[in-house]
Formats: sequence, structure tokens, C-alpha cells
Amino acid sequence: MFDVNRPILFILVGIIILVVLAQSVFFLIKAWKHGLAIGMEKEKMKKTAATAAVFTIAPAVAIVISVITLAKDLGIPLPWLRLSVVGSLSYETIAASNAEGAMGLVFGQVSSLTASQYVTIAAVMTVSIMVGIWLVPVVCKKLQRGIIRLENRDRKWSEILTSSMFIGMISAFLGYVFCDFSTIFHGDTSGLIPVFVMILSAVVMAVAGILFKVLKWRWISDYALPISLIAGMAGAIPITAWLS
Amino acid sequence: MKENSAYLDSVYRYGAIWNIGMMILLLFFPVCVGLIFDAGLDWHGFLLGLLATAPMYWAVAVIEVFTYIPMLGAGGSYLSFVTGNISNLKLPVALNALEQADVSINSEEGEVTSTIAIAVSSIVTTLIIILGVILIVPLRPVLSAPVLEPAFAQILPALFGGLAVVFISKNWKIAIAPLILMLVLFIFIPALNAGTVGIMVPVGVLFTIGVSRILYKKHLLD
Repeated sequence: MFDVNRPILFILVGIIILVVLAQSVFFLIKAWKHGLAIGMEKEKMKKTAATAAVFTIAPAVAIVISVITLAKDLGIPLPWLRLSVVGSLSYETIAASNAEGAMGLVFGQVSSLTASQYVTIAAVMTVSIMVGIWLVPVVCKKLQRGIIRLENRDRKWSEILTSSMFIGMISAFLGYVFCDFSTIFHGDTSGLIPVFVMILSAVVMAVAGILFKVLKWRWISDYALPISLIAGMAGAIPITAWLS
Repeated sequence: MKENSAYLDSVYRYGAIWNIGMMILLLFFPVCVGLIFDAGLDWHGFLLGLLATAPMYWAVAVIEVFTYIPMLGAGGSYLSFVTGNISNLKLPVALNALEQADVSINSEEGEVTSTIAIAVSSIVTTLIIILGVILIVPLRPVLSAPVLEPAFAQILPALFGGLAVVFISKNWKIAIAPLILMLVLFIFIPALNAGTVGIMVPVGVLFTIGVSRILYKKHLLD
């Protein structure tokens, strides 16, 4: 009988994950060497790396939880692969659910899979997320060159354009925070939970900015975003208990 | 940044090799499992599953590639589109790094800074997931504890609350209109939720660019 946690599956996934790690290390070394070559300070690059590492911890733990969630149906190796390469919980849950549904299975209630069902689910999840991987090599160079040309033609507009992209992206996610807000019109306050969490995180970030200006402690500025993230997540526990 | 930067050219070249290699390797997994266990595809299930999943994913992926590459830089894009979790991790990491280093993504320093931040984030994420997989038995009851559930459920609001303060305070003139638009859309259109926020990112980006262009032409951003 097929077992979704067979050791050979761990070995196959482990090999692919090692290649992903190798790609990250390759680009890290390449960027680091180029940074030194163009005169960037080593300390500044070290700080960038350290801040990125600290900031990543909490979201990465959330990804581990996603692996645990998907492991109920699919075993550990496949979710481990899908959430280490390209995937995210929402994407993978939908893909797995659609693939299982197409074979008459119900997502979340699968106790065992045949090898054929497993291969089919893995194939649907893999083929569905391929586009980004091959499209980047196809368009990246042309897109980047267009941006550089714009930068050289009108530097001020180019800077505004970049800021606009960041603001547009952040606006969409701030809007998303309010997606359940209308529940308060029906007497349900649970839609306010993400709003309050966002406000708490924003307040912590603002306080960190003020403290940096007053006390001149550089570490506050460096780690303000991870601190506000953790504060928001920790605050979500009592806020949820209060508003649910 | 120079249009014909030797560094960027090598990033494009190696990025293409790595990404195409990763694509082949990813496809190798279901093929290899099928060969090892002598199991073929359930073609009916595969085509139905793909039909239900792929059109939306492929459309979102195309939109994401064109939206995120200008924000992530070249090296960051090749890495991010392999390692995933872009909007909830790689992009915020890159934005924060650029902000801390006070460099633009369109400069060589920005390209290097973004790549370092995303590469380190990818390595740390991969290592933490490996650790989580090794320790899954003792970790499962802790990480699945109901008391911690709200904390991980609210990771995006906790993340974007902090980021918003930094970027909106610096660009408040161009932030007002898209913020109002997104709040109205998300509050009053029930179909907009966690599943559709990815589609709304390019809407927000294009709208903000349009507003900024008008403000810039009217010299209101001077």
C-alpha cells in the first residue's frame, strides 16, 4: 500500500530543496561580491542580511504551520516541497482541494491515497504554479531595461513611479485588512480584529520611529519592522479573544 | 544604473539557467514518484484539477511577474519566483532593506541590497521549514495550539501595519487616493477577500501610478 510519508519521498524532496538553497546561496554570494566591488560597506550589507533574517522568522514559522495543515491529507514531503518552492498556503490548499475533488476525494477528510492519486495531486500542484518561474527569465531583462531607460530620461518621475508601485501594493493589502469590516453593520465585531492588529502594528512602528529620533538608537530603526510584526501578532491573541 | 551593466547581464544569464533548471527539477518530482511506484497519472483527475486551478493561477502569475519585477529587482525576482511567498515575505523584506539602506531599487546598490535581503530570507525560510519538518512531531501540538492560532491568522495585518507607516508617511500625497479606493472596494464588495487580494495589487499599483502621474504633471509633488 502507498504511504504519503515514504522515506524515498523525503529523499526526492530533500534533493530539490538543496538545489533551492544552492540557488539562494549562489545569488547571495554574487550580490555580496558585486556590492564590495562597487564600494558598498561590508557592515551595511551585514546589517541588511541580519535584519532580513530576523524579519523572516515569524512568517517562516507560519509556513511551517501551513506544512502541518496540508500534511493531514498529503503527508509531509509534498507540502514541504510545495511550500518551500513557489507556493503559499492559500494557493496550495486550493490546488490540492481541486485535484482531490476531481478524483472524488474531499479535502481535509483524506485518510489514504493511492500512488496514482498522489502523483496526480502533485502534478496539478506543480503545473499550476510553473508560470512565474519561466516567465521571469522571459521578461525580466526587457522590463528592467525599460525601467533603467525611464530612470535615465526622467529621474524624478522614475523615483515617483517606484514609490507609486510600493504604495499601490501596500494600499491593496491595507484594503484587504478591512475586507470583513462590514460585519460590524450586522453586530459582529470579529471583522475589526485585523483592523485593530494593523493599528497596533502601525503604532509600534511609529513609536519605534520616534524613539530612534529621540534616543538615536540605531538598532531600533534596524529592527522596527520585525518588532512591529511580532507586536501585532502577539496583540492579535487578546484582540481576537476580545472581539470574537 | 547602466543599461548594459555586466553584473545585471550575468544575473539575467544565471537567473535563466537556475529558473529553467528548477522548473525541470520540479516536474521531475511527480514523474519520479510515478516511475518509482509504477503509478500513472489519473488523466481525468489531472485535467479536471488543472482546469479548476490553472487558469486563475496562470493569470495571477502573469500579473505578479509584471507587477513585482520592478519592485524586487533582477536577482530578487529570479529568487522570489522560485521560493514563493512574495507578497507576505520577500517583497516586505526587500522594501525594508531598501528603506534601511536608503537606496533605490533602480540603482546598483539597490539591486544588490534587494538580492541580499531576499536571498537571506529564502535561506532562513528554507532552513526553518527543514527544522519544522524534522521536529514536526514535538512541534505539531505547540504550533497548532488554539491559543496561537490568532497570532498566525493575523500575520498580514501585523506586517502591513508597520510597512504602511514607513511608506505612507514618506509619500502621503500619492497614498491618499489609492488608500481610499482600496478601503471602499474591500469594505463594500464582498467578493474581495484574502483569495482575491493578489488580483487587487496590480489594480492598486496602476491606479497609484495614474494618480501620481497627474500630481507630477500638475507639479503637486515638487
